[in-house]
Amino acid sequence: MSHQPFRNPTGGNIDRSQPLTFTFDGKVYQGYSGDTLASALMANGVKLLARSFKYHRPRGLSGYGVEESNVLVQLRTGARSEPNIPATRVELYEGLVAESQNRWPSLHFDIGAVNSKLSGLFPSGFYYKTFMWPAKFWPFYEHAIRHIAGMGKSPTLEDPDSYTHNYRHCDVLIAGGGPAGLMAALSAGQSGARVILCDENADFGGMLRGRRDTIRGKSGPEWVADTVAQLAAMENVRLLRRTTAAGYYDHNLIVLDERVADHKATPENHEPRHRIWHVRAKEVVLATGSIERPLVFADNDRPGVMLTSAAQAYANAHGALAGRRAVIFTNNASAYAAAADLKAAGIEVQAIVDLRDSLETPELEIAANANIGVLNRHVVVAAHGAKSVHSVTVMPVDSNTTPVGEAQEILCDVVCLSGGWTPSVHLFSQSRGKLCYDETLSAFVPDKSFQRERSAGACQGAFQLDACLHEGAKAGAQAAVAAGFATTAADVPRCSADAVVKPRLLWAIPTPDHLHGGKQFVDLQNDVTAADVGLAYQEGYRSVEHLKRYTTLGMGTDQGRTSNVNGLAIMAGHRAEAITAVGTTTFRQPFTPIPMGAVAGLNAHDHVAPVRTTPLHHWHESMGSPFAPTGQWLRPQGYPKDGETLEQAAMREAKHVREKVGIVDVSTLGKIDVQGPDAIEFLNRVYINSFSNLAVGKCRYGVMLREDGLVDDDGVVTRLAENRYMITTTTTHASAVMNRLEYLLDVDWPSLNVHLLSVTDDWSGIAIAGPHSRTVLTKLTAADLSNSAVPFMGYAEIDVDGVPVRLFRISFSGELAYEINMAPNATRTVWDALLKAGANQEIIPYGLEAMNVLRIEKGHVVGGELNGRTTADGLGFGKMISTKKAFVGKVPARRAGLTRDDIHQLVGLVPTDEKTRIPRGAQLIADPKATKPVAMQGEVTSQCMSPNLGHPIALALLNGGRARHGETLKAHSPITGQTVTVTVTNPIFIDPQGERLRG
Amino acid sequence: MLEITCPYCGKRAQKEFTYAGDAGAERPNLETGTNQDWFEFVYLRDNPRGLHDELWHHSAGCRRLIKVRRDVVTHEIIDTGAPSDSLSTGAS
Ligand SMILES: [Zn+2]
Repeated sequence: MSHQPFRNPTGGNIDRSQPLTFTFDGKVYQGYSGDTLASALMANGVKLLARSFKYHRPRGLSGYGVEESNVLVQLRTGARSEPNIPATRVELYEGLVAESQNRWPSLHFDIGAVNSKLSGLFPSGFYYKTFMWPAKFWPFYEHAIRHIAGMGKSPTLEDPDSYTHNYRHCDVLIAGGGPAGLMAALSAGQSGARVILCDENADFGGMLRGRRDTIRGKSGPEWVADTVAQLAAMENVRLLRRTTAAGYYDHNLIVLDERVADHKATPENHEPRHRIWHVRAKEVVLATGSIERPLVFADNDRPGVMLTSAAQAYANAHGALAGRRAVIFTNNASAYAAAADLKAAGIEVQAIVDLRDSLETPELEIAANANIGVLNRHVVVAAHGAKSVHSVTVMPVDSNTTPVGEAQEILCDVVCLSGGWTPSVHLFSQSRGKLCYDETLSAFVPDKSFQRERSAGACQGAFQLDACLHEGAKAGAQAAVAAGFATTAADVPRCSADAVVKPRLLWAIPTPDHLHGGKQFVDLQNDVTAADVGLAYQEGYRSVEHLKRYTTLGMGTDQGRTSNVNGLAIMAGHRAEAITAVGTTTFRQPFTPIPMGAVAGLNAHDHVAPVRTTPLHHWHESMGSPFAPTGQWLRPQGYPKDGETLEQAAMREAKHVREKVGIVDVSTLGKIDVQGPDAIEFLNRVYINSFSNLAVGKCRYGVMLREDGLVDDDGVVTRLAENRYMITTTTTHASAVMNRLEYLLDVDWPSLNVHLLSVTDDWSGIAIAGPHSRTVLTKLTAADLSNSAVPFMGYAEIDVDGVPVRLFRISFSGELAYEINMAPNATRTVWDALLKAGANQEIIPYGLEAMNVLRIEKGHVVGGELNGRTTADGLGFGKMISTKKAFVGKVPARRAGLTRDDIHQLVGLVPTDEKTRIPRGAQLIADPKATKPVAMQGEVTSQCMSPNLGHPIALALLNGGRARHGETLKAHSPITGQTVTVTVTNPIFIDPQGERLRG
Repeated sequence: MLEITCPYCGKRAQKEFTYAGDAGAERPNLETGTNQDWFEFVYLRDNPRGLHDELWHHSAGCRRLIKVRRDVVTHEIIDTGAPSDSLSTGAS
């Protein structure tokens, strides 16, 4: 077993019988089960753990938990590698691999550290000032800056782990499982309320884990274990460990991030790595504790300088010693018990340097009992050492807290700071609660609640254990009562007393002249100094939000947990105003970073959106058809054979359909069943044309407008029975049309007795088109398919190969054609039967691309033309518009701007050389060489090579186009740079009289 | 993330709903509405601070349109109902 020189042989909440081996920067160490990466590194005496963000200064541990600002590591390797993880948040496991960040080539020899020597060049706002111009170089600057000021590296491989989301309702959610949260859970739990108690750490206990309190005659951790056992026995209480209440949202929705498997090398038994909980709580208790504040003096960032509570917790909970000789620098009484703990753990405490004038009896007793010298009315003005602190300079202060008199140097390898405590009000503030500033505590505390929550314990400034227990018990009971349960507060156990926190304030300790040059860090993670705050003030960035953005104060992954109050106070000093006048920045979700994978949850890969496939999907696949995503649908594009390209296949298929016969899968068309005595009135109100005289068993093409008078969608209306219709929509507009029709019925015309049902998935569709289509179909049915029985735009319910189907005599291709709707599970039967029955007629399947060619040849409009900017008349539906009835969009469609002769009208285009393809999206102009800007007269909306005409064609929207057939224009694509000379034509290239489809 | 009480289904998460516009906008009569009426209905909306009547489509639920009276400052939902219902003012 390797030696852990800074580990005590006994003590702490670690299991010395379970040694764990881990690697940091390639070197192998040992720790114990119950360690964090931070505590294990400390026990091994590894002090230099990071380089700072901007100046590459050597850094060590500054904290114990989420407040850690310095030691962010790259955790794990390969696909599971994660950057920017605080070492204090990493539970040790066997084989853990971590690397330091932001250094090259190594922590001990870091070339970037030259920034520190050149630090005069890097004041706040440096990047903004230097890299502003010219703008086109910004991508280059950004790359360079990222490299210098980089944090960890994102993994480049796909994350192999899974993440999941969970949705819960509860009566009382308690965020934080320290003494207040545990008592709240006892109170609420005994009421029978559904309680969720979550804590971000591996174990409950909060501050009790790192201190030596006694509760009900037991140690803190023992009382915690008893209480947790009691809660675990309650069926209505759910305990979530390793679970951070990350975000507080409207209507008491709290998002929790449970790190299910982060404490293992890999997740086991298919468990997710993280689980996100969306908890809708009737009532919330916030028991999120508080974080100690550092003190600001010269070179207060040296490895070995850390929060007092952190050093105390490492010693008490892990038997890990931050060093051999400590100096405690405090402005309040809470550091004394910690100093005694450090001493008891075997660290020589050289002195407690206390900023305050006079001390109270309890803390003096603690110091005396532990035999620790106290220097009251003294400050640490500077720390010394590079890769580790080796001493501090201490000076007395006068009544104005100015350092005066003789300086003394004290040797030490640890400097513990206690600048008071900052309540963790993040969740309270996210819930839109209002904060107020407590002068005694010199801290922002919750004032007015906005949602159904209450704070208890240290997070609202009650720092003493006794107060935490009482407040927690009371808050839990109040929450349960507010949620509708009868209960009283749980019995509060007696506990040991602890110090009252009343800091004496000196936000930045002035550096005496003979020690000039030291940096006074306010924000360790972002390398923001007190001087930077001063510079921001000088340059006019005085509001708190400007200060943050100009200096980056509080913008790191630690969200300024230890730096915000100090930074605000220093700014307030420059402004000669109270801290409350400066205010705080907005606390935003999440409290601690959440991996992107956890945010996505199961919405990854194919599960981002549903994929809709037709009943014939596997057949299309087996035929090698590529698929085009259309909304959520996958539609088969065509069936290339013998080395054909998709376009060649489409040309062949489209030609074949006009000459012989083909079938195509049209299952994706939107279908809505419309029923009710007022159905006809409803349809008349939503379509431009009238359906009053549509007989049962007949189909009619219809066009809908939007409220603003522009075309929304088109489709076919079929009257199935007296009061029953089926309407079709385009594939992509199906859900929008359904939403709109539902809106009209529910909101605007509730008196109409009409019911709508989307039946898109209930009826699959096959279209059979081509001159032989009737011949083929007749082979499979006994029904009469003659023109007199089923004429163009007729409808029949027949059997095809024994399958009951709906038969619509409609045509998208312009050929003699039928559309067959059937139950999805019968689709393959009908499809196969058609292919077999049509063998003699050389029947083929055709895909979306051929269908597109056929409809362009026929001048039928789809998405490119139904683009939300076209009028019914412009698309050639002018004659359909009923003058006898009112319909949606009728009045707005008559506005002057939509009825002028020169608006976009649908036309056809043919290249004058009959060879050159017309680029899609090309602009129609008169003369590309004219002085710019050249007037745009129209645009190409669809184009193809027409196999039936033997030359390229296109559809276009052209100003006043209907009157311009025969004109020559230029189609210019700014994207491809092509210019094609085109002739304007009728948009119906094939069979303009419609004889074929009536055949 | 709001919690919206559908008058037909009960309390549901906002993600089941789709915002469907201002419930105060009055659709002109199809027969008698003038061009100006339609212009105002299609394009002009008030954006009041405070109480606002909204339409929400319970698109991933019962698919009915409902009316929601919401304080757009606090997100408090005062009352919900069918589009034709008159909702409580919340003053109690
Ligand atoms: Zn509903």
